[in-house]
Amino acid sequence: MEMIQSPLPIFVIAVSLIAAGLIRLSKDRPNLREFWTIAAALVKFSLVLVMLRQVLAGQTLSYHLLTVFPGLDIAFRVDPLGIFFAVTASFLWIITSFYSIGYVRALHEHAQTRYFTAFAVALSATMGVAFSANLFTSFIFYEIITLCTFPLVAHKETPEAIRGARRYLTYLLGTSIAFQLPAIFLTYTAAGTLDFTAGGILAGKGSDTLIAVIFVLFMAGIAKAALMPFHSWLPAAMVAPTPVSALLHAVAVVKTGVFMILRVVLDVFGVDLLGEIGLGTALAYAASFTIIVSSVIALRQDNLKARLAYSTISQLSYVILGAALLTPAAVTGGIMHIVLHAFGKITLFFTAGAIYVTAHKTKISELDGIGRTMPITMTAFTIGALSMIGIPLFGGFLSKWYIVLGAVEAGQFPVIIVVAVSTVLNACYFLPIVYAAFFKPPRPEAAHANPGTGHESEHHVYWPWKKYGLEEAPLLMVAALTFTALGTIALFFAPSSFLALARMIAGG
Amino acid sequence: MIELIAGKYNYWIYITLMMIGFYAMIAKGNLIKKIIGLNIFQTAVFLFYISMAVREGSTAPILLSRAHGALTPETVTYTNPLPHVLILTAIVVGVSVTAVALALAIKIYRTYGTLDEYRIAKMEQGAE
Amino acid sequence: MRLHFPVLVVLIPLFGAILTFFSGIIRRAWAWYIAMAVTFVSFAISLDLLISVQTAGRISYWLGGWAPPWGIEYVVDYFSGYILVVISFISLMIAIFAGPYVKKQIGPEREVNFFALYLLLITGLLGMVITGDIFNVYVFLEIASLSGYALVAVGKKKGAVVASYNYLILGSVGAVFVLLGIGHLYMVTGTLNMADLRERLPELYHSRVVLTAFVFFVIGFGLKFALFPLHTWLLSAHSLAPSAVSAILAAAVLKVNLYALMRVMFTVFTPAFVYEAVPIQEIFFVIAPIAILVSSVMALAQTNIKRMLAYSSIGQIGYIVLGIALANETALTGSLLHVLNHALMKGGLFLLAGVIIYQTDRYHITDWKGLGKTMPLTMLVFTIYGLSMVGVPLTAGFVSKWYLAIGALEAGRWYFIPVILVSSLLTAVYFWRIIEWGYFHEPDDPEDAKDRCHVPWAMMIPIMIMAFLLLFFGVAAFIPEGLARQAAIMLLGAP
Repeated sequence: MEMIQSPLPIFVIAVSLIAAGLIRLSKDRPNLREFWTIAAALVKFSLVLVMLRQVLAGQTLSYHLLTVFPGLDIAFRVDPLGIFFAVTASFLWIITSFYSIGYVRALHEHAQTRYFTAFAVALSATMGVAFSANLFTSFIFYEIITLCTFPLVAHKETPEAIRGARRYLTYLLGTSIAFQLPAIFLTYTAAGTLDFTAGGILAGKGSDTLIAVIFVLFMAGIAKAALMPFHSWLPAAMVAPTPVSALLHAVAVVKTGVFMILRVVLDVFGVDLLGEIGLGTALAYAASFTIIVSSVIALRQDNLKARLAYSTISQLSYVILGAALLTPAAVTGGIMHIVLHAFGKITLFFTAGAIYVTAHKTKISELDGIGRTMPITMTAFTIGALSMIGIPLFGGFLSKWYIVLGAVEAGQFPVIIVVAVSTVLNACYFLPIVYAAFFKPPRPEAAHANPGTGHESEHHVYWPWKKYGLEEAPLLMVAALTFTALGTIALFFAPSSFLALARMIAGG
Repeated sequence: MIELIAGKYNYWIYITLMMIGFYAMIAKGNLIKKIIGLNIFQTAVFLFYISMAVREGSTAPILLSRAHGALTPETVTYTNPLPHVLILTAIVVGVSVTAVALALAIKIYRTYGTLDEYRIAKMEQGAE
Repeated sequence: MRLHFPVLVVLIPLFGAILTFFSGIIRRAWAWYIAMAVTFVSFAISLDLLISVQTAGRISYWLGGWAPPWGIEYVVDYFSGYILVVISFISLMIAIFAGPYVKKQIGPEREVNFFALYLLLITGLLGMVITGDIFNVYVFLEIASLSGYALVAVGKKKGAVVASYNYLILGSVGAVFVLLGIGHLYMVTGTLNMADLRERLPELYHSRVVLTAFVFFVIGFGLKFALFPLHTWLLSAHSLAPSAVSAILAAAVLKVNLYALMRVMFTVFTPAFVYEAVPIQEIFFVIAPIAILVSSVMALAQTNIKRMLAYSSIGQIGYIVLGIALANETALTGSLLHVLNHALMKGGLFLLAGVIIYQTDRYHITDWKGLGKTMPLTMLVFTIYGLSMVGVPLTAGFVSKWYLAIGALEAGRWYFIPVILVSSLLTAVYFWRIIEWGYFHEPDDPEDAKDRCHVPWAMMIPIMIMAFLLLFFGVAAFIPEGLARQAAIMLLGAP
């Protein structure tokens, strides 16, 4: 693989940081402020696309920013895994930006400038994690993500929001300092370097016990991957506004977690080393446990966003499971699940937000018959749900297919059972919602509760549905969720460049 | 044992004085008595330095001209002058410390109307 | 002229103090200008000395032309050069801050006395650092201490006088212990020059007198830099003194006393003696983690900002002591870096507390609701300091903790890592409370929000410079790291 020096990764990170500054400066002019968000999202995505072309051509971009002190560098490297994550996150940021604008304007949210600023910074940091060339750099951006998403989670400033946000911060910051940092210390003393290297840096650098200790510390320290028992920050973070939950807690933040786990598994330990000690299997069991248990918990949630959150916890563990099986096909599946789950889950969160904005409903039990007034939204929801379950024709099927294939390769038949059971559970907690929305009659008291519509002129947001007899969310939001729903289907039929990247990473 | 005590009696005296001073600083509640304790404590150390310098049968380290006869550097043992000089400095320091401490004591008395440590502590707690 | 820099670095503040006093008779406002000019000049000289050391090696200055060991020698080497720059820089920053602060919080009538005392304090501190004569250390120690006691009492807070009195009593005990240590060493060696002592001591290491002397030094300086459990005086002295004074006490006075102990441990005695003949390592290994953890927990329980910061200082001193006890190059580098970082952080935080009290007159962090709206710049800078205290990467605080942790691993003592991490987490909690109160709560009194911030720039600028340095040294850590490593190698290395 050809290495070339290029400052492009820095530009990608800087774009939204600069945007954050501009957003802050134009706080009194909402339209200009929103223009900066959109512009930054588009510029960022096009820069990522430029790099994608280079990576697909077999090049690796690298850039050394500075040396903090000998042995500790801030450096960037764009390789297939990094660009894969970056494409996913930066593309979905564009859509979420449109959606966000519709959402905050329709709800008259306060502190909108803080909201958009923090969002832009969060995206910068996500790109930073994606392009990190060593553990230290990724650790820094990991922490920045935690800190700059705190204002987003605490956005409502109600006691409940503050409590949720505090829990969010405690879990993420706490585990990363208590476990991830010592793991980095130990890695540094054992291997003498922190650079990500294909095939790992720890092989032959310490006793099996030491390697196992480091591994466990890493898994516990990367709480953003929501591996049980370090998952409960995610439901707590659901107090955030829905676009935040959609992009950050279905894509950027949590995917940063699983991305880091992939990095650690592939580039710090190396597949061979983990296979030798049998740690992969142990991780696979932990992931399986999380998949099943969180699916069961999801069944019992009545709050729509809470159910989605538990579903996310379970889906994240698919990615970990894929990595833990240590075979090329399984790793491919795990990596593919990053993008496929992202599209599906963001669609689901978008619809949850649309329902909240239009009908002010958050509970699943209130959704009876809502498909009649919000047909577009609920159709998108159905597509997202089917993709989550893993029905062919929808993206989610692909990754499950590869993981099962990998499990067969690895001879791990219990994993196949886990996937099967979880599929059934997924169906159990998503399909009743779809059924209730389309086929149950609306509850009488819910019929007149539509305070969202009717303020069209004040909102500065286009809300055209009334003349068609529908009660959908603002056009920006509906367009966004339609787009991601279609994306879920498109990914099933044309996954080629993602799949090519995933294969490059997995070496299969 | 007796030799240990009698032979180095100067050290025992300094240690005893030091302990007396230390006791006064810790156990006495009156702020002025504490300052007196501090003075005893410091003086003990001065004594230690001075006694360290003395040698048996030595005289003051003053250089006399040979014309005066027997008292020449070759024939006389002098006490070591350096510790004396050091202690002159230390005495000056000790005086300054005492001065600052007394000034503080006066200010405390003006603020609280007492010099009793216990009562002052009680007033402070009451204030918070 | 340049030849005399080592003595000028002490003489300039000394004459500055006298000048301040007399110029105050003519015009009060001059006191501040003189203090700033004087501290700036000593900072510039220190910087120049450090650069000379880098190129020419150890500088030895003979006071009055008398050759050591008879005359008094001033020594600038990698270690003292580094500390000189740290101390003189901090004193410059605090001098700038103190002008408007003293005028309002202490009273214009005391301005002259304040700055005269302040410069005397700086004289003592710089003298302690630069001197190569052990009795001279005692003299400068007392100059610094006496002006320190007076400065604590200068404030308007009622309890300050009592705090100052207790500080004086315990401080004097510490100083007398140091004097005793010097006496014991002199008794067996007959010399007071540090370099000379180092040559003569090894053959006397079996002597009980030498051992006693060493113990006196540890306890004496330990009292002065608030080594746990000798820290009780620090809490009230640092929390009740005026904020500018708390800042210099925490940032410079503690550090210089620590420096003096390290000087004695590593350059008067040898590391081999210290670590083998005395169980000092074992004692520090117990004391330091307790200090770190207990003080973090206690800091968590405080709502008075200055008391919280005072408790935190005890823990931070624990970090430095831990690095000394680990006794390898990496850990000692970490300790020396932490001397710089803690000086910047705690100095800056006390100044920030001063700024907030100056504006709002509120000491309790529970009253700081909505400060992010009324004092946005202050709160932003406070956040930077908080992050550095926690040890978040890209701030200076991270670098020293990194070195201490790696040093602990290199020494095979992994169990100190949880100590460092737990205390970092606790630190995160007690700083986060303030940030959350500031940013995510509305002010109790809506009138507050309209109250414009009227803190003068002279107070904000030094704080911002220090905050910038915290970030700068977090990113370009190789600059202080290089200096600290040189010093660490010198301290641990052969004579």
